[in-house]
Amino acid sequence: MNKLLRSSAKCLRVGAAVYLPGSSACARLLSAAAGEQKDVGDMVKKDKVVVFIKGTPAQPMCGFSNAVVQILRMHGVDDYAAYNVLDDQDLRQGVKDFSNWPTIPQVYFNGEFVGGCDILLQMHQNGDLVEELKKLGVHSNLLDAEKESK
Amino acid sequence: MLPTVLHCVRPVSTALSFSRPLAHFRPHMDPDPSRPVERAITTKLTNALTPEHLEVHNESHMHAVPPGSESHFRVLVVSPQFGGLSLIQRHRLVNEALREELSTCVHALAIQAKTPEQWGSNPSLAKSPPCMGGSRGDHTVEEKLKAGRE
Repeated sequence: MNKLLRSSAKCLRVGAAVYLPGSSACARLLSAAAGEQKDVGDMVKKDKVVVFIKGTPAQPMCGFSNAVVQILRMHGVDDYAAYNVLDDQDLRQGVKDFSNWPTIPQVYFNGEFVGGCDILLQMHQNGDLVEELKKLGVHSNLLDAEKESK
Repeated sequence: MLPTVLHCVRPVSTALSFSRPLAHFRPHMDPDPSRPVERAITTKLTNALTPEHLEVHNESHMHAVPPGSESHFRVLVVSPQFGGLSLIQRHRLVNEALREELSTCVHALAIQAKTPEQWGSNPSLAKSPPCMGGSRGDHTVEEKLKAGRE
């Protein structure tokens, strides 16, 4: 319960709509409310892991966006900011302009654009994702799974 | 003055056919066997990246768009030009080559970008995740389908 309250406190920013799915995952769905948080540069720096997807982590509306959510879930990354671009066409275009990348989903680590679904998937498959998460101070679940199997 | 006037009175469709190779795209109800978007993608990637192996797959039928659409693609590009480049740099080269298509009619582009050595050790095409229906009722996708038809 305390963890949930702490997550809620972290999520409460001006203009943000908090979404805490019923499952144990605490991915935060934030909305770029009217006029605020339009600066994508600020949005990507607010959290270590930021994703722009179609839909929400609990209900993705696109197979590629869902793949990003599932990969993060697999690694036990449960504290990240998710922005639904379907809610805001300005944001949808703003993200593409910011990263000079034409498609959604988009993944950012420590404010830096990492790539889309294909790149995240390849990083997951070749072990790079575990390393990159480690650099962020995020411990991947898969590291534990690896240790257990040895 | 005169050239300006001529430019203004030129019919939109003619203007499009001068600048867009996709101007002869027929209505979506009549799937165009000549597949102009697929051909444009193939040509542009061939010219930009001189691939040793190239696959261009129209995956629109896997998504919530009308039959005969050319809106969702998967490309596999094997090129020595990718040597020494990160995944994101490789994908940016592909995006750049297809900038026009991505800003008009192509809504989704899945990319695999390999060097000949990587292809040799793992000659497999990745599979796209199942569609979650996000394109249905998506205004941006409707605009792109319209752009493809004009």
